[in-house]
This record gives sequence, C-alpha cells and structure tokens, in this order.
Amino acid sequence: MLSAQNFGESGKMKEYHYTGPVEHRFSPYAFNGGTVLAVAGEDFAIVASDTRLSEGYSIHSRDSPKCYKLTDTTVIGCSGFHGDCLTLTKIIDARLKMYKHSNNKTMTSGAIAAMLSTILYSRRFFPYYVYNIIGGLDEQGKGAVYSFDPVGSYQRDTYKAGGSASAMLQPLLDNQIGFKNMEGVEHVPLSKDKAVQLVKDVFISAAERDVYTGDALRICIITKEGIQEQNIPLRKD
Amino acid sequence: MALAAVCGVQCASEPFGQIFSGKQARLFDRPNHFSFGTKIQEFAVPVGNEPSSFLRSCDREEGVRIELDHGTTTLAFKFRHGVIVAVDSRASAGKYLASNDVNKVIEINPYLLGTMSGSAADCQYWERLLAKECRLYRLRNNHRISVAAASKLLSNMMLGYRGMGLSMGSMICGWDKEGPGLYYVDDNGTRLSGRMFSTGCGNGYAYGVVDSGYEEDMTVEEAYELGCRGIAHATHRDAYSGGSVNMYHMREDGWIKVCKEDVSDLIHRYREGMF
Repeated sequence: MLSAQNFGESGKMKEYHYTGPVEHRFSPYAFNGGTVLAVAGEDFAIVASDTRLSEGYSIHSRDSPKCYKLTDTTVIGCSGFHGDCLTLTKIIDARLKMYKHSNNKTMTSGAIAAMLSTILYSRRFFPYYVYNIIGGLDEQGKGAVYSFDPVGSYQRDTYKAGGSASAMLQPLLDNQIGFKNMEGVEHVPLSKDKAVQLVKDVFISAAERDVYTGDALRICIITKEGIQEQNIPLRKD
Repeated sequence: MALAAVCGVQCASEPFGQIFSGKQARLFDRPNHFSFGTKIQEFAVPVGNEPSSFLRSCDREEGVRIELDHGTTTLAFKFRHGVIVAVDSRASAGKYLASNDVNKVIEINPYLLGTMSGSAADCQYWERLLAKECRLYRLRNNHRISVAAASKLLSNMMLGYRGMGLSMGSMICGWDKEGPGLYYVDDNGTRLSGRMFSTGCGNGYAYGVVDSGYEEDMTVEEAYELGCRGIAHATHRDAYSGGSVNMYHMREDGWIKVCKEDVSDLIHRYREGMF
C-alpha cells in the first residue's frame, strides 16, 4: 500500500528517486521533419517534397520546400535537420561552380551523386543529419534517381522516398511503380502524367498519417526541356 | 620542390603524414570543404567527443535518429577452378529496410573483386579508395597489384582509424601471379588469407551450409549451386539479409558475373526438392 509517507516534498517517491548526477548534453542536431520523394521515368524525373518545417510540437514554417535546383537537369531533395540541409546545399552549389570553372562543363547527375557521397563521408564522424535524394536526367537523357544515407552510401534507383514519412510511402511506391506483390499484372511503363498524379496521391496519403508532413506539396518535373514546378496544397492540420 | 608536391610526396619534416604512414589523417572539428584538391584526407570530428559513441548519444534526443545502412551475408571460397563470391543485396537502416537491391561487390579491376558487409557507407568509400590506389599502382609500376598487396592496403587504411567506430568486413578476391587469392579484411585491421570466408550477420548460417557441401574438386556447376544455397539459406533465417544473390566467379582470365537470383525463388526451388 502506498502511503503519503513514501512521497517526498516534490511528489516523487522517496525510495525510488535517483539522487546522483545527471548528464545533460547539448545536441548539435534537431529534427525538422519533412518528406521527399523522387521517381525516374523513361525520359523524365520527378522530385517532390512537402513544405512544412517543424520542430517538436511546433511548426516553424508552412512554406519551406525541400527541393533545391542544382543544374538544369538535376534537383536534390534534402530532409532531416534544416541547418545541415542549408549548409550542404551551399557546399554543393559552390562545388558545382568550381567544377564548371575548371572543366568548362556542367556536372552530370551521376557525377553530382558521386561527389555528394564523398562530401557526406568526409563527415563520417560528425554526420550531416540529412537524408538526400537526387533526381535528374543521366547522359543518355533517361531519368535517374540516387538515394543516400546520412554518411554517403548511395545507389541508383527507379523511385525512392526519404524523410519522416518514408516508411509509409516506400511500400506504396513498391506496389504501384515496382509492381511488387501483385500477381498477373501487366508491367506498364510509367508515363509522366501518371507519375505526377501518383506523386500527388501519395503525398496526400502521407499528410493524412504523418504529423510532420503537410501544408503544401512542391513538385519539380525534370525533362530535357527544363525543370517545371507545381505547387499543390495539402492538409494544414 | 614542385615535382614532389605534384606527386604528393611528403618531406620528412612534415608533421602530418599521409594515410599510409600509419598515423591518422588530420582530424578537424570544422572541415574546410573549400580546400579542394587536398591530398590529405580530412575528416570532421565532433569537439570533445569520442567519435564512436557520439552517434549513439544522439539517439536519445526526441526524433533525432541517425541510422546508417547495415547488415549482410557474404561468402567466398576457393576451389580447383578459381574463387566463387556470393553476396546478398539488402541494406537496413535500424529496423527499416532501406533497399533490397544494393550491389555489395565492387569490381576493382578485371582481376580483383571486393565484397562489402557492415556499414554501407564505410565499405563503399574505403573500397572505392582502394580501387583508386590499385589503379595508381598499376600506372606507377606497370604491372597489376597482387591480391596480398591490395588487401594489405585496405587493412592499413582500417588500422589508421581503429577505435573510431568504422564497421567493415570485406573479402578481397583475385587472381594474380600466385594463383587465386582470397583475403578477409575487417575494421579492426584483421587480415587473413584462407580458403573460405563468410562475413556479415548471416555468416553463421552460410558457414554451416558451405562447410557441409564443400569439396576441393567440385565442378563449376556444383560450386555455383553451393554459393547460391549458402546465401539463400542465410537470408531465409537472418532478418538483415535478403533480396537477391549476386554471384561472381574469379577465373584465371578474370572474373565473370554468374547470376543475380531472387532468394524467394531459390528457397521455393529448394523446398520443392525437399518434399
């Protein structure tokens, strides 16, 4: 039986109250939420992200997209810790300029991906807390998606979701684009319009169930004509 | 001396050695990303913190979870007709499956292969660096690097960062003047030559299967079947291995990629033979 005598002044139970030193450490990281998605097609690529910037229980901004245009044929989506996202994109922009000045040509998507891997690995022991996905066109004009982990491991994919709702979106993409776990279905290649509609539907689902995803959706469609942007509103709650 | 600087040769008075001198490469708390073309590796390290426990300590914070891609089964064995290398293709980040379609074999040159297990980023980075060093060796010495030397380069790289939390278990397989070569190298700096190795969290299952079916004078078909079985059964029981089996055969005239088979199909095939 718990009696009033067992409780100390602050209401904590006397016998089970820790009284030693406690370590509080400054954390250099914060989690700012957000979801990023990229899909590669035959001659196009799509990079999409939501625009909500949150921290804990607050929303800092409803208009903070996570797609950044790098070149005319490449867009990167970065989610995780916003401070590291900003620094990382600044560093990538600087390196792109330097490459252009030394080599007199723009970096290709594959080269940007390889470079980003080494940039991320140089911080192996103090990582950039960013989940990156690069979408663009390769040298042959085909769509390419490269997905990264925070320390630089990467590979080329057809589609990838990253960020807070990635675990919810990736299985849906596996089923709709990869035709996984479906029997007797014809594997139709993805057209650009169908891909854009799928991305919109997928983000609407994410906004329903993930608290860090919502407000608006920014889609960047990359084709050989250039990069086209669309903004679609999502749930604001 | 201008030529020495271009070739990257350090003078004896230089306090910080390059990575192969056995000392650690420079560690900064703020890496200078704008000193491009640096010949010495620079890694950022959190100030005042022990690097290997820093990432784990971050997990306590609300929502911040830095999970790196991990997990594998790989195996390789020598037999009369060369070396068989078989790997799975799964990468997991914590309990989330980041990808079921990762390439865990790096093709260093037509006579040298490296496998990857442990942390995906560590393996990709250091083996890519090994490929660069092997290429430079070939250009400087006009003959291909031996398997023993290549594996020594990799193990020295690992020794330079011992204790800092790298995670890599790799097998360097090749065919050089001594014949077929197979070395196991890991993040502690261990370097072992042997006839058969398996690495990764599924290695116990693979060892059991391959040990029971191994014979020195197997035919090539039997060896392919054994490699596939080893990986397939390991993926069946180990949660962190799966996807498909990528198999390579290292022969006297170079390696060939044998197959890429989905493990679910393989397990069904084996099941049918059982009952």
